[in-house]
Amino acid sequence: MRVVLAEDHFLLRDGVTRLLGAFGHEVVAAVDNGPDLLGALTGLRPDVAVVDVRLPPTFSDEGLRAAVAARTEVPGLPVLLLSQYVEPLYAHELLTTGSEAVGYVLKERVSNGAEFIATIERVADGGTAMDPEVVAKLVTGRSRDEPFAALTPREREVLQCLAQGLSNAGSAEALFITEKAVAKHIGNIFTKLDLPPSETANRRVLAVLAYLDR
Amino acid sequence: MTRIGPTGFRRSLTLWRLSLRAFCLSPWLGVVYAALTTRLGPRLLPGAVRATRALADRQRALALEWSGVDVPVAYPPAETAGDLRAQLLDRDSQVRRDWRWVAVDPYVGGMLAFVPTLFLLSGVWGLSTAVFGPRLSDDWGSLWYLFIPVYDTASAGLAGVLAALAFPLALFWAGPYVVRRHARYLRVMLAPDEAALLAARVEHLRTTRSDATDTRFAEIRRIERDLHDGAQARLVAMGMTLDAAEHLLESDPDAVRDLLVEARQSSTAALKELRDLVKGIHPPVLADRGLADAVRSLAMISPLRTEVVADLEARPEPPVESAVYFAVSELLANAAKHSGAGRGWIDLRHEDGSLRVTVTDDGHGGADAARGTGLRGIERRLAHFDGVLAVSSPVGGPTLMTLEVPCALSSPKTTSC
Repeated sequence: MRVVLAEDHFLLRDGVTRLLGAFGHEVVAAVDNGPDLLGALTGLRPDVAVVDVRLPPTFSDEGLRAAVAARTEVPGLPVLLLSQYVEPLYAHELLTTGSEAVGYVLKERVSNGAEFIATIERVADGGTAMDPEVVAKLVTGRSRDEPFAALTPREREVLQCLAQGLSNAGSAEALFITEKAVAKHIGNIFTKLDLPPSETANRRVLAVLAYLDR
Repeated sequence: MTRIGPTGFRRSLTLWRLSLRAFCLSPWLGVVYAALTTRLGPRLLPGAVRATRALADRQRALALEWSGVDVPVAYPPAETAGDLRAQLLDRDSQVRRDWRWVAVDPYVGGMLAFVPTLFLLSGVWGLSTAVFGPRLSDDWGSLWYLFIPVYDTASAGLAGVLAALAFPLALFWAGPYVVRRHARYLRVMLAPDEAALLAARVEHLRTTRSDATDTRFAEIRRIERDLHDGAQARLVAMGMTLDAAEHLLESDPDAVRDLLVEARQSSTAALKELRDLVKGIHPPVLADRGLADAVRSLAMISPLRTEVVADLEARPEPPVESAVYFAVSELLANAAKHSGAGRGWIDLRHEDGSLRVTVTDDGHGGADAARGTGLRGIERRLAHFDGVLAVSSPVGGPTLMTLEVPCALSSPKTTSC
């Protein structure tokens, strides 16, 4: 994979570059500020971008802005945002550029190399990867809302896994239940959230969006 | 503003009634004043001061509401009866001014307020002279209504016409006029001079400053404690775990794996604690985006389904922004926790040099700023910036909380940190 990396902290930039190299991915550009990032994203069209939210020159949400701008110009450009803090508002803004091939996770997830690489690859493949923290926050916040009140605690847990972008197998592993049980819960969730089967829309993503995008 | 017509008349009656109250109060104040040197006086003083102030406050509120005349107050704080006594004996204190006013009001204010009624009574008298005048004038020798000698039908008619005029005059002219004059008279009697106002202002600043310093210090202590009990302790534990792992590396590789997992979990937990700590000091989204987006973010994670309307062209000063953010955060949390509401509305705007935020919910109400310690805390922190919190929460709901902080908006540029 060709990866564009945006991170202003030298140690992290170096570390992530090395980590990606170890898993056979190539960092085609490693930038440390917002304007350079936008240029690299639209110019190089990488397979995936790994972007720190807070970048020079403003040290505010420069990385997020660049990512949103790039995804507006190049729809579906895979972007994984990294941040010291997971901010639901930013997750929401990122999702408004499309719910596929995006991710937003805490920086510290880098410390688990294999899992981090798996997250990047999932985003590059068009999947979603939301940090459990942001998902948990939104889920606890919204739990009183209709129609989510109808969900059982277990179904809510499964939905959280979906929101993080996990597969059925991944969810089963995370929740210590069988894949069959996961599939059954997902079916119930779709029914309760009134998401009929369709050819075009990915119902898993719709279910997640129903959660995040309200 | 005074409206025309009977409203003004009715108001003049209210003012007159209040003067009557002052009339009843003044002998009591006289007794308390005379008894000041005895042992009884100081005991009676606080109650007398409270009663006087309540009456004056009512009049001031009416002057502002009805005539738009703002009568400023400058009550210095008084802890003991001794303080009150000193204030009462000070010729320029608010307490002294209030007492003087109570003594004078029954005559000046009361008579002023009675003028419209006098017109009305005169009208009634005039009409009765018009009806019974000719006969009465025979009995009494002579009868006058104003400047008209009433002795036959013609003069009685004239008196009747004049008396009829007194009614609209009383209702539509004298009432509003008197209410306006009364407010101005009240201002002359009760408003402190510049020096007293300034002294009161200095006192207010002194209190809020010491409040601010206390809060700041408490905050620093909290951060220090959180670091000490949280992240710091975890990092130490992590060091020890790694040390143990180092020693076991040769003899028991399996145990080392467990220890390393433990160390990584410690590092994650330490990071989470640091993150929460920073959020408690200065939320990143507030630093990045400013108040409006930070409040939107609060609304997103609130259990209440909350709509945010924000109309801010630029950002307030960072300390104001931060104080308002935490105040809104607490109000929203209160609404979610205590009100039983399902929905919330937040309105943020900057108008007339003030930042105004309204937090509304559809819950069952019953919140009281005087009792809730949380609300008091918010009030105190807003007071550092001369801000105020108004709570309207009738039992049965809805609750509407408005906070207002005078401040200017700076350039919309985001700050670096």
